[in-house]
Amino acid sequence: MSARLRVNPIMCEAHGMCAELLPELIRLDDWGYPIIDEAEVPPELVDLARRAADACPTLALLLDEERRR
Amino acid sequence: MSTGLRRGGRQARSADDQISAPRPNGPAGLPRLLVGLDASGAPMTLADHGRVHGPIPRPAPLELIEAVERSGLRGRGGADFPTAIKLRSVAERSRRGTVVVVNGSETEPASAKDRLLLARLPHLVLDGAVLAARAVGARDVIVKVGEGSAAALRSLEGAISLRGGDDVTIHLAAGPEGYVMGEESAVVHLLNGGAPVPTFVPPRVFERGYRGRPTLVQNPETLAQIALVARYGDRWYRELGTDADPGSALVTISGAVAAPGVYELAFGTPMTDLLAAAGGSTEPLQALLVGGYFGTWVESSRAFRLRLAREDLRSVGCSLGSGVLIALGESGCGLHESARVIQYLAAQSAGQCGPCVYGLRAISDVFGALADGVAHDRERDRLLRWTAEVRGRGACHHPDGAARFVESALSVFGSEIEWHRSSRCTAVPAGMPVPGIAARTSGPRAARRSAAAGASARSSQRGSGGSGR
Repeated sequence: MSARLRVNPIMCEAHGMCAELLPELIRLDDWGYPIIDEAEVPPELVDLARRAADACPTLALLLDEERRR
Repeated sequence: MSTGLRRGGRQARSADDQISAPRPNGPAGLPRLLVGLDASGAPMTLADHGRVHGPIPRPAPLELIEAVERSGLRGRGGADFPTAIKLRSVAERSRRGTVVVVNGSETEPASAKDRLLLARLPHLVLDGAVLAARAVGARDVIVKVGEGSAAALRSLEGAISLRGGDDVTIHLAAGPEGYVMGEESAVVHLLNGGAPVPTFVPPRVFERGYRGRPTLVQNPETLAQIALVARYGDRWYRELGTDADPGSALVTISGAVAAPGVYELAFGTPMTDLLAAAGGSTEPLQALLVGGYFGTWVESSRAFRLRLAREDLRSVGCSLGSGVLIALGESGCGLHESARVIQYLAAQSAGQCGPCVYGLRAISDVFGALADGVAHDRERDRLLRWTAEVRGRGACHHPDGAARFVESALSVFGSEIEWHRSSRCTAVPAGMPVPGIAARTSGPRAARRSAAAGASARSSQRGSGGSGR
């Protein structure tokens, strides 16, 4: 299973929840908007990434998961 | 429509060279697009257009796409994307009912070629639009033009009313002219009744565009080139230019040249010949801005060694963009001129994405302070961190283009920052066309203070502009 993180920058309102919940992959810029340096999510972080995406108040954090059959 | 496409496919395979055969009546040499343009300033009539180019041909859909592919034509709106791939990606979805949009917004302030084509050669662009529509199975063409382009609107209204026999209906739409209207998703969003701002992709417009239909958005020059390829064939098209960059291009040359304007030149033409075409430089040049305000500054010593070709431009980190070339003379100041451009780009953000809204505003303020000689040199590192960070973080490419411009300005004019701090820059305004942004030079201290006040006024202006949309 591979998973990639994306932000919809139009929806994002810089709540910063994602960087709190997933500091391994997400940091904030000087204005509080998320920077994702590596979109590919390592398998051990997929659960946490899913939780961060679910917690985003504007649903701007997207986790694209590809399931293998 | 879809059956037509399938039938076309079979025809094209059996008569592969049908349009690639050179025809005797293709213009030899230059001009190609601008052939027949007289000094009157009036739009070319349908009758004159027919006399110059003959009737609109009727290639089968796939035949045209294959000819365009062999011609090597790339989009002339700035993205430089292979036109055949774009045509094909919409044609493949023709069963869903497709639409062609001509993006005649020409939002690049220093560009004039699309308005020239629409105002003077409307039938060549419309031929290209109709041919593209047939190739992708579209029944409707929407021509979007900036509402301030009166001559283009008048010319198109007249031209569309005279055209008969097109199985494609052409609609004219006048709309806002902001810089982001160069983005195809912004044009489609506007035509769909939304605000004139880009949307989050995917879906891209070739998947879901106008009214949810697969939509081909093309630049007027690209369509005019398609009209020529369809008539005279791809072999004729390749008679000019280089193998990698065939054909000709419209280039808008301005700045320190004797005769600024739109010129049609063959790819592979040396940069020095481009400047000569525009009457030559009026003073020694320090740098050229290649590709418009999302483009790159190149020191003149390096620029003079380049040709109008992608490989040459890539070697100095730039692309032709929408075909804009601005010559900066030695009497001007690259830092001050760039500061104006960045201020403009920051103000032109659609106001939707945080990194673009706040990032570009901060970049503009710091760059302005560096140009005014009132910022510490370490601000430069902060600027470069910001330009790296805003890249790829907007819904559209606005922050990426602005970041590229700022980085090139720092690399070409960065050595003057220290000098701006220690002494007064005596340069005169170079007259770069930056709408709504006043000319700037280094003044005495009082002027610097008012420049700082201007920065905060700018920010509030931006806020109201954003909410107004």
